[in-house]
Amino acid sequence: MTESSGIDVTDGLGGPAGDEQQSKVAGARSSGSAAVLSFDGATKVYPGRRTPAISKLSLEIPAGEICVLIGPSGSGKTTAMKLVNRLIPLTEGDVTIDGRSIGSLDETELRRGIGYVFQQIGLFPHMTVEGNVGTVPRLAGWPKERIRARAQELLELVGLDPGEDLKRYPGEFSGGQQQRIGVARAMAADQPLMLMDEPFGALDPITRDQLQDDFLRLHAEVPKTVVFVTHDIDEAIKMGHRIAILREGELVQYDTPDHILASPINEFVADFVGADRGLKRLNVWRLGHLELDPLPPGEPSGPTAREDTLLRDVLSLLLTEGAERVTVLDGDGKPKGTVTLDKITGLIGPQEGAVRA
Amino acid sequence: MTALLAQQGPVIPEFERGSDCVRENGQFCFDWFVDNFGDVFAPRLVEHIELTAIAVAIGFAISFAAALTAYAYGKLETPFAIFMAFLYTIPSLAFFQLMVPITGLTVTSAEIALVSYTLLILFRNIITGLREVPEDAREAARAMGLTQWQLLWRVELPLALPAIMAGIRIATVTIISLATVAAYIGVGGLGQPIFNAIQSGFKTQFVAAGLLAVLLALVVDGLLVLVQRGLAPWMRATRA
Repeated sequence: MTESSGIDVTDGLGGPAGDEQQSKVAGARSSGSAAVLSFDGATKVYPGRRTPAISKLSLEIPAGEICVLIGPSGSGKTTAMKLVNRLIPLTEGDVTIDGRSIGSLDETELRRGIGYVFQQIGLFPHMTVEGNVGTVPRLAGWPKERIRARAQELLELVGLDPGEDLKRYPGEFSGGQQQRIGVARAMAADQPLMLMDEPFGALDPITRDQLQDDFLRLHAEVPKTVVFVTHDIDEAIKMGHRIAILREGELVQYDTPDHILASPINEFVADFVGADRGLKRLNVWRLGHLELDPLPPGEPSGPTAREDTLLRDVLSLLLTEGAERVTVLDGDGKPKGTVTLDKITGLIGPQEGAVRA
Repeated sequence: MTALLAQQGPVIPEFERGSDCVRENGQFCFDWFVDNFGDVFAPRLVEHIELTAIAVAIGFAISFAAALTAYAYGKLETPFAIFMAFLYTIPSLAFFQLMVPITGLTVTSAEIALVSYTLLILFRNIITGLREVPEDAREAARAMGLTQWQLLWRVELPLALPAIMAGIRIATVTIISLATVAAYIGVGGLGQPIFNAIQSGFKTQFVAAGLLAVLLALVVDGLLVLVQRGLAPWMRATRA
């Protein structure tokens, strides 16, 4: 398996963005500014501990990408994230945002420029949704009308009612809705950087899945540089442009989900991503990422799937139907080409380690 | 007994000219109460409200400062609480009498004692309210770049408000009750008609003053509930 596998890596992982969503946020004033975040030998030793919680971490996250920090408990992933906004102070090394050391900035100014979403959500129960979302803009001294307009815009962006919901209190919303408000709050001042600490970890699986999908769509509209902490490898594969696997404070592997699944650097990573990593790779790619075979003459027969379908779902479809070939439909439902079962299963096998961009 | 004698209370009034009820010293003569409300009770009621309002206001100011200090410097909480508990346990009659040699038969004496009784209640409630602010709200505030001061005024104190209001309600009702004893050192209030009635044996005056104090406590407590609802509208806004 080589480049000719037809996978277009430069396309990135965010599947085709829905046109509907595109038009919905056309009026949004989010510039989607994003910053390059760079860890440079960052080290954290907690007082009274001999071993560092984070040891000489160096990695760069390109602007606008989602970087997932993952590892078993005690790996230091949350510590690494909290170094960025100085909720946890560095012991050694540096972290820079667009080349500027976080140590050179005033602590409150630094934090106001970084969105923060965490598992406990942490909405202020005594403030309305508008008050919550407007927290940082208020600190920045925006005029009231601008804060309101911004809050309305963001509520729409995260899928809430910008009219009614604005005046309600957090206690009136479900957990999933509250975290949507949490995400809106973290984007209120159009922060170029977002820290997300297991943001969907406390939600039920269906709600979590919806929020993940919605966040990816949102991110495609308004790209931010995101540090996303999780302990769930499936979430990491789904959300991350890049995944950094940590173990006992050290960076073990930092690469795209596809490369990590295809060629884990050592036993630890292989164990961590799981024995079914071949199958998991199929969660990374969609039909549209593959090079299509031309349509056979005549009416298409057999199973069909849209080009934004995950390969894992296509595999399942083909196995269920007992078919060898799927007809790929474009966004309008028109046949575009076909893909064989062999091409998909070819991605699972051990030889695909060669798929390097 | 100098303090008691300082009360220039009338003996049972108008025994000859009053109604049957008054002449027979009935449990409660409504007609006498209505006729004498303006002279005997209204000024005392106003004094009583003043005594209470001043005590709770000053008590709150002191407790608030003490609670914020103890919240910032945890080591101070226990000494503060012990001192306030000590004040709280002094029997009220003794406390008022104790103040007389120092500040005389004055409102100041009464207020020093009354304020002392509010401290423990208010201090405890403010501290508890601040402690019970959800940690996640605090973390979110810090992560969004609120300063310590902004965290306190925009997040912690508003969220502690229900507990603080609960403290104010308990303190106010307590002081309305205790302030009747302050009449012992001649500062007026609803305690004065009660002390007079104890001397004269006129039951209606005794019962009426007592009832007015209870009624005042209930009304003020109700008003404070309304204030709390106005200040903390989010408390009622939860998902059905």
